Amino acid sequence: MKKKRRGLILVVDDVADNRDIYTQYLVHDGFQVALAGDGQEALDKAAQLAPDLIVMDLSLPVMDGWEATRRLKQNGITKHIPVIALTAHAQDGVAETAGEAGCDRFITKPCPPDELAREIARILEDRPGRSKTQGA
Amino acid sequence: MSPEAVSAPASPEAKLAMAEFLLVQENMAECAERALEWLQQHSGVTKALCLAVDSSQKQLIALAAVGWDEQEPADFMLDLTDRQHPYVAALFKNKMVMLRGTFSDPRAAAAPYSPDTFAAIPLGGGDQTAERRAVGLLIVNPASARTDPDLQWLNDYMMPVLRRRLGTSHLSEAERSLRRERTLLYNILNTVHDPIILTDTEGRLVISNRSAELLFGAREEESEGRRRAIALNNMFLSAALSRHAIEDVSLDSRELLLADPADGSDLFFELASTVFSDVHEGTGVVTVLRNVGDLRRTTQELEENYRRLRLAEEEVRAERDRLDLIISSVAEPILVTDPEGKIVMMNDPAERLFTMPKSGNLEETQNVQANDINFSSFVSNLFLMSEGRQHHGGISLVDPEKSTPVPVEAISAKLISQQGELLGVVTILHDQTEALERSRLYEQLRLVSEALEEKVREATAELVRQNEVLRRQHMELQQASQLKSQFLANVSHELRTPLNSIIGYTRILMQGISGTVTPQQRVNLSRLDANAGRLLTLINQLLDITRIEAGKMAVTMAKVSLSTLISEVLAEVEPLILQAKLEVTQKVPNDLPEIRSDREKIKQILLNLLMNALKFTPKGYVNVSATYQGMQDRLIVTVADSGIGIAETEQEKIFEDFRRSDDSVAKGYAGVGLGLSICRRLAVLIGGKITVNSKLGQGSAFTLTLPRAPKTP
Repeated sequence: MKKKRRGLILVVDDVADNRDIYTQYLVHDGFQVALAGDGQEALDKAAQLAPDLIVMDLSLPVMDGWEATRRLKQNGITKHIPVIALTAHAQDGVAETAGEAGCDRFITKPCPPDELAREIARILEDRPGRSKTQGA
Repeated sequence: MSPEAVSAPASPEAKLAMAEFLLVQENMAECAERALEWLQQHSGVTKALCLAVDSSQKQLIALAAVGWDEQEPADFMLDLTDRQHPYVAALFKNKMVMLRGTFSDPRAAAAPYSPDTFAAIPLGGGDQTAERRAVGLLIVNPASARTDPDLQWLNDYMMPVLRRRLGTSHLSEAERSLRRERTLLYNILNTVHDPIILTDTEGRLVISNRSAELLFGAREEESEGRRRAIALNNMFLSAALSRHAIEDVSLDSRELLLADPADGSDLFFELASTVFSDVHEGTGVVTVLRNVGDLRRTTQELEENYRRLRLAEEEVRAERDRLDLIISSVAEPILVTDPEGKIVMMNDPAERLFTMPKSGNLEETQNVQANDINFSSFVSNLFLMSEGRQHHGGISLVDPEKSTPVPVEAISAKLISQQGELLGVVTILHDQTEALERSRLYEQLRLVSEALEEKVREATAELVRQNEVLRRQHMELQQASQLKSQFLANVSHELRTPLNSIIGYTRILMQGISGTVTPQQRVNLSRLDANAGRLLTLINQLLDITRIEAGKMAVTMAKVSLSTLISEVLAEVEPLILQAKLEVTQKVPNDLPEIRSDREKIKQILLNLLMNALKFTPKGYVNVSATYQGMQDRLIVTVADSGIGIAETEQEKIFEDFRRSDDSVAKGYAGVGLGLSICRRLAVLIGGKITVNSKLGQGSAFTLTLPRAPKTP
């Protein structure tokens, strides 16, 4: 396994397979990964762990991804954390509602883990202060 | 005269004056009074009374009295049969007697009375030869005066005169009456304007009135012309009268032209003569000349009258013409009927109904007769009604020519003169055919209208019902549509979720994250990955088609640079190009105008076309070109290849759902055949079109045509 220096990614998904796939890949790719199975858990983990990025499924039990994102973005502590919406909802308008809720990126499933990893890397690299700290 | 008056013997002059007076004076009373006064003056008489026998010879009447003072015997009279009365006795003794105290006799109480002695002298008594009794009595006082020479003179002279007067008094009366009658007759004759002439049997003029005298009576002082005219008139008259006599016509009338002696103008007379006979006067002829006017004036008057008559006639005619014009200008039949019910006037429309046809056609004649009967009975109703000047009601008439019924509304009015006399009846007929037809049509219209209304009501009810059905169907459809959308969303979501796992795990395996992978394993994993990719494409295409079909494919119009877009698409398929080993070129002019369209849709179409070209071109080239057609204001993008081509029979089918050319299937090309059908749908969605030009074995050229700007939505 590679060194854990690329940042902590919180993966929120109610499907166990998905959590497993992205965890395996991201960890292999050098990221730290935290997991949550529903919106509420996502809020708790985000507040608790302060991850560098959150991969947010939208259809979630307890609290859906839209609501969770909205709350994250309303919270002063978590609002700066980039959120990638990753959903199997492909119909028109979903990307827009996700954007309105505060998601920074919208990706439709199926999404191969390598592509997700590249996207995460791109977002984190766009925030130089953070990566520099990490890099130093 | 007072009794003391001094009497003096009458002078010869006084006697002459008295004699003259008596000769001239005709009134006996005047004579008597004057005679008594004369005696008072000349013969010493103080009182005197003169009595005379009246014309009837039955009474003795006082004519005059002098010297009696208050005992004036003005209306004193005695009956001659009273022989005992001294006066009557004196009269019958016929000689002078002395009367003394006789006035105390009660029978003479009414007479002038005096105790003195009187002398009674019978008048006419001096005529000794006459056997006749005296006609009067003169009583004087004092009696001594009887011997006075003047009294003797007066008696000698006056009494015979008086006697004559008394004797002829009756005749004179008759004469006066006759004269009066004569004067009256003359006056009457003179008031007659026509000249009247009475001639004797010899034709001599006996009597003529004033008008006749003007024509026939010559006078000495008149002018020569006048006299000649009068002479001529007399000549003509005599000729006319003698002819009259010769022809022996007792009553005749003829014309006579005479000249007016005053101005010589012609006078035209009509002569009417009547023969009369009188016992005393014998026979004569009365002729009346009736002036029939001078001819000139008559002619003038005649002409004037004729002119007036003509004017009046013209006025009447004009009035009648006006009336005719008014009546004939009325379109409704108008008839004027006299009080006997006979039609005296009618206008043309009425004549059509009531005039016997000239053709003599039997049916027409019968129709007119029927009309006449119906009309007459209607008008007679009006005559029967005593009160009311108007009458109206319906009459059933017949059109004489067509024999069609003509229902009319008739209004009759009595024509009544100012004197209240019935002159006739005016009747106006209103043709009711049109009104009846109108009401019939109206009724029909009403029925149709009602039927229509009923149908409209039914249709409206049906519409409401169908509307309700439609509304429900619409609601159901909406629900179904929502369910479908929801279903699609769910299907999409549920298909993608396992696909995500497949692809995810495949990639993990391929990258050796789960342990070392043999080359053969890697190949197998690649195939797994590729098929997962195709499955994803298929799912996406299916979703696209259903979204377009459901009208849920959103179109976002914006400025699009085709040259940029083409480069971008080529860049995206770069790995495939490299893999295909084909000559891929692009020919896009620099000045290609920007268009307004949906960038993502164009990109999807071009990607699809380009991937198809690469897929079905084993060798050769793939060329992407773009041009602007200013005339049609549109852009053309063509993707041409030197591939396997499409048979002409297949060229339209390839745009249908799930269609692939038989060759592509035969040659083992992958794909389910949804790409082109989606491309065509997308092109139409943004206002463009896709066409193909291909030859089997020689390559294909797919052309996307886009408007520079979408038509106003």
